[in-house]
Amino acid sequence: MTDTNIGIAPPESFRAAVWSQFRKHKGAMFGLIVLALLVVFVVIGPLVWQPEKLKVAEALKSKNLGPSLRFPMGTDQLGRDQLARMMAAGKVSLAVGFIAMMIAIFLGTFVGVLAGYFKRLDGILMRLTDMFLALPLIPLLLVMVMLFRDKIARVLGPEMGAFILIVFAIGVTSWMHAARIVRGEVLALKEREYVLASRAIGASPRRVILRHILPNVVSPVMVAATLGVAEAIITESVLSFLGLGFPPDFPTWGRLLYEGLEYMQLYPERVIFPGLAISLTVLSVNYIGDGLRDALDPRIRGR
Amino acid sequence: MKLRTALMGAAAVLAFAPAAFAERGADGHVNVLYWQAPSILNPYLSSGTKDVETASLVLEGMAGFNEKGEVIARLAESIPTVENGGITADLTQITWKLKPGLLWSDGTPVTSADAKFTYEYCTHPEGGCAQAARYEGISSIETPDDLTVVITFAAPKPNPYTAFVGGTSPILQAAQFANCLGAAASTCTDQNFKPIGTGPFMVTDFKVNDVVELAANPNYRDAAKPAFATMTVKGGGDAGAAARAVLETGEFDYAWNTQINPEQQAQMSAAGKGVLLNGFGTLVERIEMNMTDPSPDLAEGERSTTKHPHPFLSDLRVRKALSMAIDRQILVDIGYGSAGRPTCNLVPAPEMFASDNTDCLAQDMEGAKALLEEAGWTDSDGDGVRDKDGAKLRVVYQTSTNPVRQDFQAVIKDWWTELGVEVELKNIDASVFFGGDAGSPDTFQKFYADVEMYANNFDGTDPEPYLAQYKCDKIPGPENQWQGENINRFCDPAYDALVDELSKTADMAKRGEIAKKLNDMLTKDSYTVVALVDRGRLSAASNTLGGVVLNTWDTELWNAQDWFRVK
Repeated sequence: MTDTNIGIAPPESFRAAVWSQFRKHKGAMFGLIVLALLVVFVVIGPLVWQPEKLKVAEALKSKNLGPSLRFPMGTDQLGRDQLARMMAAGKVSLAVGFIAMMIAIFLGTFVGVLAGYFKRLDGILMRLTDMFLALPLIPLLLVMVMLFRDKIARVLGPEMGAFILIVFAIGVTSWMHAARIVRGEVLALKEREYVLASRAIGASPRRVILRHILPNVVSPVMVAATLGVAEAIITESVLSFLGLGFPPDFPTWGRLLYEGLEYMQLYPERVIFPGLAISLTVLSVNYIGDGLRDALDPRIRGR
Repeated sequence: MKLRTALMGAAAVLAFAPAAFAERGADGHVNVLYWQAPSILNPYLSSGTKDVETASLVLEGMAGFNEKGEVIARLAESIPTVENGGITADLTQITWKLKPGLLWSDGTPVTSADAKFTYEYCTHPEGGCAQAARYEGISSIETPDDLTVVITFAAPKPNPYTAFVGGTSPILQAAQFANCLGAAASTCTDQNFKPIGTGPFMVTDFKVNDVVELAANPNYRDAAKPAFATMTVKGGGDAGAAARAVLETGEFDYAWNTQINPEQQAQMSAAGKGVLLNGFGTLVERIEMNMTDPSPDLAEGERSTTKHPHPFLSDLRVRKALSMAIDRQILVDIGYGSAGRPTCNLVPAPEMFASDNTDCLAQDMEGAKALLEEAGWTDSDGDGVRDKDGAKLRVVYQTSTNPVRQDFQAVIKDWWTELGVEVELKNIDASVFFGGDAGSPDTFQKFYADVEMYANNFDGTDPEPYLAQYKCDKIPGPENQWQGENINRFCDPAYDALVDELSKTADMAKRGEIAKKLNDMLTKDSYTVVALVDRGRLSAASNTLGGVVLNTWDTELWNAQDWFRVK
C-alpha cells in the first residue's frame, strides 16, 4: 500500500518503514518467528514442563528411550528427560549468545567510533584490532578458562562464574569485525555537511558523536550484532564439545551434542535435537540479520 | 550370556584343533587391527602399548606371563626358582638357561651374549631406554657359557622376574644392534623397524604409523607353528571403528582395545561375526579422597599439602559414608558392561594378592546417613545440605573429560546429594589432568579438589611398587614439584613399616598376605581409596580366528603362534 501512494500519504516514520520492508523479507520473518519460538521454548518451557525428579536406580530403568508421550524427546543414557535438558541447555546457550554479542558490539562500536573520529587514535586502535584478529581464539579461551575459572568461581559460584567467564571471553575476542565496520562508516560520516555544520557551531566531539554519528551507524551495527549472536552460540558449542567451560552437570546445546555423539548410531535423536536447535538458532539469526540489512538500507528500502 | 556361549564355542574348537593344524603356514593370512598404529618395533625405544605388543610378535624374552599371571618359559629351558636352584637363597642371583639349538630368524644361533648385550643396550648411560625399570637393581650379568645367563642383583630381589621377562624386555640380536648403543639407538632405523627376532613372525615391511606386514619365521622353535603364513597389523581409526571392523563387517580377525559403551557392545555383538573378549587386569577406577585441605583460601604452596588436614574428609566416618552411598553395580552397567565389575579393592588381581574385601558392594544409603549423623553432620537449617559448626558439607569432585566419567559424576552426584552432601563437579581435559605440569593447578597430583576420580594399574604381576606409592615420603607437594605418587596424602607409620616388611619378604604366600593387609588398610579400614570398578581389557576377535586367549599380564599377542583359522 505504502509505495502506491507514496506522494500523498504523510511521511511514515523510520521505524514503520523499516518494519514494512523487513516484513517483505520472507526469510527474515521466518527467522524471527523461529527465534521467538525458541525463546519461548527455553523461557516458558521449564515452567510448563516439569518432569518428576527420579532416583538414580529408578531413572536408569527408563534410559535410552525414544520419543514418547512421557518423554517427548526421549531419555539419555542415564534416564534423564531430554526435553527438560534441552530447555535448560537452550537457556544457557541463548543467553551466552546474546550477552556475548552485546559485549562484542559495545566494544566494537566504542573502538570503531574512537578510531574513526579521532585521527590520532586511529593508528593505535586499528593495530590493536589487527592484533586481536590475529589471536587464535580457542587456545586463548582455554588459557583464560584455566587461569581464571577458580578465581571467578570463588566469587560467583561455579555456574555463574563459568557463565561470566565464557561470555566475557567470547565477547572480548569477537568485537573486531564490528570495530572495522563502524570505523569505516564513521570516516565517511564525519565529512558530511551536517557533521561539519555541527562542529562549526562549536559542538563538542562527545555531542557530535552521540547526536549525529551514532544514530547513523546503527544499521551496520545491528547487522554485525545478529551475525555475532550466531557466532557466539557456535563458539560456546565448540567449547562444550571440547568438554570445557561449564561444569559437566550444567547442560548446554553443545554439550548435549557431545554426549549424544557416542550414541549417534543407535539413537540418532540424541544428536538431532540439539543439533537442530543450534542450526535453527544460527540460521534464523542470520536471516534476521539479512532482513535487517535490507530494511535498514535506504537504497533497497525505497524499491 | 552370548559372550560366554561364544567363548565356550571357541574353547570347544580349541580342544579338537590340534589335529587340524599341524603344519606351519597352512592357514594363510591373518589381519590384526591396532587402532593406535605402531610407530617403532623396538620396545626399548617406546613405552607405547601398541609398539610393545606388535614387537612381541617378533622379539621374545627368556619368559613371559600367561593369562593367569604365571611366569612361563619362552627362550628359557625352565623357570628358575629358589627350589630348583635357579635363584640363590639370599635372593641376589638368578640363573637363566637358554633352550639349546635356538636360532634367530636369519638362521644364526641365539646365545647368552645376546642377553648380555641387551642389558648393556638398555642400561647404556647415553641412551634413553624406555624399559630401564625392568633392569633396575642389577649389578652385573655374567655369561659362563653360550646358554647360561647369570644376573646378580645389588640387593635381595624378591621378584627377580623383571629382566628378560614379558613383552617389555625381550632379547635383541647383538649382531644386528651392535652399532646402536647409547646415543646411536634412535638413529638405527633399519634395526628399529625390522628387528631380527626369535618370535613366530618376522617383519617383511613396515610403514610407520600405518601398517606392519609380517611372515612366519622359518626358524621358529616349534616346526608346526605358527599356523598363519602371513600377518598384517594395521593401524588407524578409533576403538568404535575397530570393534565394528571385526564384529560387524568382518574385515579384520582381531582388534585390540575396543573399549566401547555397553549399548554398542550389545549391538555390535549381535551381528554375529565375532566376539568381544574381556580379561581383567589390575586397572581400577577409583575415587581418591584428599586427606589435606584444598581450600582456595589457603596460600599457594600450602593448599592441598600436609600442613593443613582436610576439615571433614580426615574423619573416617565421612569417607565411609560417601563410599556407602555408591551403588557400584549401577556404575558398571552405565559405563563398562561386560568389560567391568564392581570392586572394593585397590589391588584386584592377581588372585594371590587380591583381598576378599567385599564390604562396599551393597549400597547402604540409610547406613551412610546414620554414619554422618553420628559424626555430627546434621541438616540444621533444612536446605538439604548437612552442616556442622556452621560449615556445610560440600565437596568439589574432579576428573578428566571423558563421557563415561561424566556419567559417573552425574550419578554419584545424585547419590551424594541424596545423602545431604553438596557436590560441585569439575572436569579437566585429560592431557592437562594427567599432564603432570607443576605449573598447572588442574593436575591430579596437585589435587585442588576434595575428591577426584581416575583409573590406575600396576605393571607386571607384583603389587609391591604400587603399594609403596602410599608411603608418607611419596606425598606430592611444592618441595618435590608435585611429583609424588601418594595422591591422597595418606600417611600411616604402620603402613610404611608393613611396606618395608614386604620388600624383605620372599615367600610368596607371605607376600600375598602382607599385600592384602596393605590393600585393606587403604580401602576398607580407612576408605582413603574408594575403589569403584575393576576395568577389564576389551578386545574383539572374529569367530573364524581360533586359539585367541586374552592376556592382561603380558602382551595381547602373547600366543599368536597358537592362533589358527577355524574352518
